[in-house]
Amino acid sequence: MSSLAELYQNVILEHNRSPRNYRAMEGAHRRAEGNNPLCGDSLTVWVKLDGEVISDVSFQGTGCAISRASASLMTAAVKGKSRQEAEEVFQRFHRMVTGRPGSADAETLGKLAVFSGVSGYPTRVKCASLPWHALKTALSPDHPTT
Amino acid sequence: MPQLGGVSAPAASDRPAAPLDVARVRTDFPILSQTTRSGHPLAYLDNAATTQKPRQVIEAISRFYTSGNANIHRGVYELSERATAAFEGARERVARFIGAASPAEIVFTRSATEAINLVAQSWGRSTLRPGDEVLVTAMEHHSNLVPWQLVCEQTGARLRAVPITARGELDLEAAERLLGDRTRLLAIGHVSNALGTVNPVRALAARAHGRGALVLVDGAQSAAHLRIDVAELGCDFFAFSGHKVYGPTGVGVLYGRADVLAAMPPWQGGGDMIEQVALEGSTWAAPPARFEAGTPPIAEVLGLATALDYFEAVGLDRIAAWEEELLRLATEQVGEIRGVRLVGTAPQKVAVLSFILDGVHPHDVGTILDDEGVAVRAGHHCAQPVMTSLGIPATVRASFAFYNTVREIEALARGVARAAEVFG
Repeated sequence: MSSLAELYQNVILEHNRSPRNYRAMEGAHRRAEGNNPLCGDSLTVWVKLDGEVISDVSFQGTGCAISRASASLMTAAVKGKSRQEAEEVFQRFHRMVTGRPGSADAETLGKLAVFSGVSGYPTRVKCASLPWHALKTALSPDHPTT
Repeated sequence: MPQLGGVSAPAASDRPAAPLDVARVRTDFPILSQTTRSGHPLAYLDNAATTQKPRQVIEAISRFYTSGNANIHRGVYELSERATAAFEGARERVARFIGAASPAEIVFTRSATEAINLVAQSWGRSTLRPGDEVLVTAMEHHSNLVPWQLVCEQTGARLRAVPITARGELDLEAAERLLGDRTRLLAIGHVSNALGTVNPVRALAARAHGRGALVLVDGAQSAAHLRIDVAELGCDFFAFSGHKVYGPTGVGVLYGRADVLAAMPPWQGGGDMIEQVALEGSTWAAPPARFEAGTPPIAEVLGLATALDYFEAVGLDRIAAWEEELLRLATEQVGEIRGVRLVGTAPQKVAVLSFILDGVHPHDVGTILDDEGVAVRAGHHCAQPVMTSLGIPATVRASFAFYNTVREIEALARGVARAAEVFG
């Protein structure tokens, strides 16, 4: 597989075309925006919490295929997880896309492993991470509830 | 006189220019002959971001450090005298390039951005009062917008902006209305970096002067494409950068009309910009030294002068003719790809092709093009108000230089078609 095909895997192209949980959310507890000042991309993430558990999560915004698919797959991956679990998934995801050695992260990330090709494109790491940073902001304890 | 491809460049002549020998000039740019990680020849189409440097420029910088390096304006020894003479000779070279009346009107800065900030913080901060207006346009690069936002905040002046049309031209009727008795400065880009639009600066400068305002022209994107004559443009300030005219990074130029510069206070203090210094206070040197505190980028200034020699030896008429042909080919070949929408379709343009591909984000187009060896810019091009005005988040921008080839345009079109296929 060429590195370009590794970057734009079919799952990514499909989630870019039909992103999951792509909607503004009524009655969300948390909301945060992610912006990439370099490219002007921006997205909003909404979260509903049931205690510590993310009971619903959605997003909307403009971005490239990588950031859109990453947001889509992120919402699918963290729904039903606790805040702590979501944070751990992000840490593993971040290690994978930044290509940090010594991790078997891709194997433990399930569908999110399709982003492993991003590590070959340093300029695109921010695209894949943008929705996760927004989610992290939304979940941080001092972030205001909506 | 620089040499082109090992052969003496023809002197500027009265006879009609022969067409540009692209293959020959390319041999002057060692960087262009490389292969990218995807195994394709590099097609460098990001010239509005920075241009590549001919070996004449690289060698001039190397020669300075090998045999000419000393600080300027202070040494009593031969090496420093030589460096000073070369530096001041470069100032004369730049003055000739833009038609300045005197080398004293040329201030060397770190960049075009710094040149504009100099005017904002020296002229603007000492002159602007609450109620005054600074007029920019919605087409500006952030470097000709944010410095004015800062100084307006500091002085209580008001910043206004000429809107743009759907084709990416200035709304001249609105400009007419916005240029009023309160306007103290019109700060306008000569050429839009995001769209390539050439603005009618001369006519607007005359209008602004009629209202008693000064005129600053941001020439970062025009200096490599248009003949610059500050007297003919009728501007009071003209800013451009070295690295966009085939020179090195780290050097920019501010032209300021002599009487305007003479009335401006310093904006940075240090060595070289003073007349007398006492602990109680100091007096300032005359321009341009007043605005050149600290040791300047000497090697870069010499590199810039060599770049201007090179550029003029290749010949602006030949360059313009070839770039126009490249733009025509690219517009045709990219424009006919299904789903492509050209952004910025003004009749007066330099060789910049900005576009979006339906349903595909510009970054993804950029990555596919990179895989074809084609280097373009994707994003808002540091001109977010342009994107906002046109209702789009970003574009893909291919920007051409005289060393670009027809094959490179074909690689661009091939890559865009492939992007349409991958994401279709």
